[in-house]
Amino acid sequence: MAKAPIASVMKQKTQVPWLYLLPAIIVMTIFILYPMLNTVSLSFGNANGTASAATTCREGQPCWGVFENYRYALTNELNTATVETTWESFWVSSYGNMIKWLLVMVTGTVGIGLIFAVLVDRIKREALAKSIIFMPMAISFVGAGVIWKFVYNYGTSQVQTGILNAIITGLGFKPVSWLTQSPLNTFMLIVVGIWMWTGFCMTLLSSAIKSIPEEIIEASRIDGATNFEIFTKIQVPIIAPTIVVVITTMVINVLKLFDIVYVMTGGNYGTNVIATRMYTEMYTNAHYGRGTAIAVILVLFIIPFIVMNIRRFTKQEAMR
Amino acid sequence: MASVTYKNVWKKYGDVIAVQDLNLAIEDKEFLVLVGPSGCGKTTALRCLAGLEEITQGEVLIDDQVVNDVAPKDRDIAMVFQSYALYPHMSVYDNMAFGLKLRKLDKADIDRRVQESARTLGIEGLLKRKPKELSGGQRQRVAVGRAIVREPKVFLFDEPLSNLDAKLRVQTRAELSKLHQRLETTFIYVTHDQTEAMTMASRIAVMNKGLLQQLDTPQVLYDHPNNLFVAGFIGSPAMNFFNGKVIVEEGTMYIDLGSFRVKVPEHDMPRYDSVIDKEIIFGIRPEDIHNPEFAPPSIIAEPVEVNVDVTELMGNEIFLYLINGNHNFIARVDPRTQVSFGDKMTVVFNMDNYHIFDPSLDPENPPVVGGITKE
Repeated sequence: MAKAPIASVMKQKTQVPWLYLLPAIIVMTIFILYPMLNTVSLSFGNANGTASAATTCREGQPCWGVFENYRYALTNELNTATVETTWESFWVSSYGNMIKWLLVMVTGTVGIGLIFAVLVDRIKREALAKSIIFMPMAISFVGAGVIWKFVYNYGTSQVQTGILNAIITGLGFKPVSWLTQSPLNTFMLIVVGIWMWTGFCMTLLSSAIKSIPEEIIEASRIDGATNFEIFTKIQVPIIAPTIVVVITTMVINVLKLFDIVYVMTGGNYGTNVIATRMYTEMYTNAHYGRGTAIAVILVLFIIPFIVMNIRRFTKQEAMR
Repeated sequence: MASVTYKNVWKKYGDVIAVQDLNLAIEDKEFLVLVGPSGCGKTTALRCLAGLEEITQGEVLIDDQVVNDVAPKDRDIAMVFQSYALYPHMSVYDNMAFGLKLRKLDKADIDRRVQESARTLGIEGLLKRKPKELSGGQRQRVAVGRAIVREPKVFLFDEPLSNLDAKLRVQTRAELSKLHQRLETTFIYVTHDQTEAMTMASRIAVMNKGLLQQLDTPQVLYDHPNNLFVAGFIGSPAMNFFNGKVIVEEGTMYIDLGSFRVKVPEHDMPRYDSVIDKEIIFGIRPEDIHNPEFAPPSIIAEPVEVNVDVTELMGNEIFLYLINGNHNFIARVDPRTQVSFGDKMTVVFNMDNYHIFDPSLDPENPPVVGGITKE
């Protein structure tokens, strides 16, 4: 008799939390866990998931057995005839493009965002300037795609409707077909990405800069620092943790990048990135095995950065 | 080592006047304290000198050089901030060395100066730590250390002790005084705490509402306040004020306070000729109200009947909150005084030491009548 109430309290402690977690667990299982497991299992299958990927191997061709889709995903874009051709073909493959995107877009958005963040801090109509810089984020990409299609438009040799070519021909140069020449086209797409995402980086960095107490800046000014030294030796080191978070967040965003390439070139002319290639295999070529294998590879690339962000976050939380 | 001069300095933020026509000559090696309630313009005045605020009008001079348009870094000043403003990402050593590195001093020289200053302040053991690993008192020392390594002409302190606990504040006060003697440099120190001002300053500048009220040594300020504001601000507990009237009856001058009157000593009478039959404010400090049993024999004692409202034993003295008619006032009396709530007693006012202010000249802040005539 006496033991019963204690036991039920103890039970409550271990069971009730699970009860509250249950709705979330059910939703996560249906919409995240199951699709994930299914994706992995499909990646080991053939085009429509009816047999093992090993069955798609052809006589006389290299074959990775059940990992055949991964072989395709990793090596199909490469010309492995010689080291040189491998190297060249890598840089126009979706992986090579991804590296270009990562290097240029992440440094571009974070670097320009940081400079903007410092500059808007010193002007009078700060909110207005910030809104304008942030605006591309608020435009749907279809709208942005139309804007940039006009910017890059390559008309006939007589009439140029694209503003960029209008400027260039106005200066007496020949018009350029921005979106079809590789590797120029990838960099032109990256410009669009920077245009879209700089406002996001600026907003995060700006709030970090604002959290630095004014007295610290004043102290450094009295200590003899110039504006540039205040930026490089005081502001940037103090907000370094935020910069790291912004960088990892941007890396994740760029790895997942799909819309810009899909809308503007559809991945043609050597502008494919991992996500557009995944889409093409999955829906255009209707090869579930290959599409999901690329998806799994993409997730594996992204995981380390997500882990970094989470670690950073828990560290920050612990400091409070 | 330098003198500092404010010449007709104004600082306005839109329509708000923060500093109004400030004239202040601070001598070389002086420890000047700017004191006043919050919002009185003392910090603004200091920031104008530091170059952190542009002045609206007037001139600020360091050593006869007008520095209005000189950048903070070229003014050869160092400042200790209320929040200490240590660089959170740098070690204590780097915090102290930062200003020297920017001035491109050579490494050995920087190291020598940092080590020396650290030794002076007793923080040699902390040089490798980051600011967040330090206690409040240690941070305060580092902030001072960062200022002294620079060996500037003028030190500016903006309420540097207000974030310390009471005990540490008293201790640091003494250390800052010692530091001033050792460095033989001009110190300009802003505080709202009149005790800090009284204990450290060679001269105090009292400010209120952007105006300099009085500039003098602590003792003169205490004994001979220029006006009601200074009289009330300096000293704790504050001076007692009574509304009253100066009257003359049969050749004797009294201060009539309604429910009681006190006789003005004969030698003071000529001083108050101008306010006879006028409304005045009579001021007397709590320590000049005595229990007659323990009053020093030499004072000119004027007895006053009072009711005791509250007693506060401080150990070495008792604060009595007294009532007479509609007057409430405080006395600091000998701790042997045996009274309690509701008792009636007689206290004596020491008429050697009192002040009369004339509200007809300035109702906001009545000036003292007679000015400084006593020695």
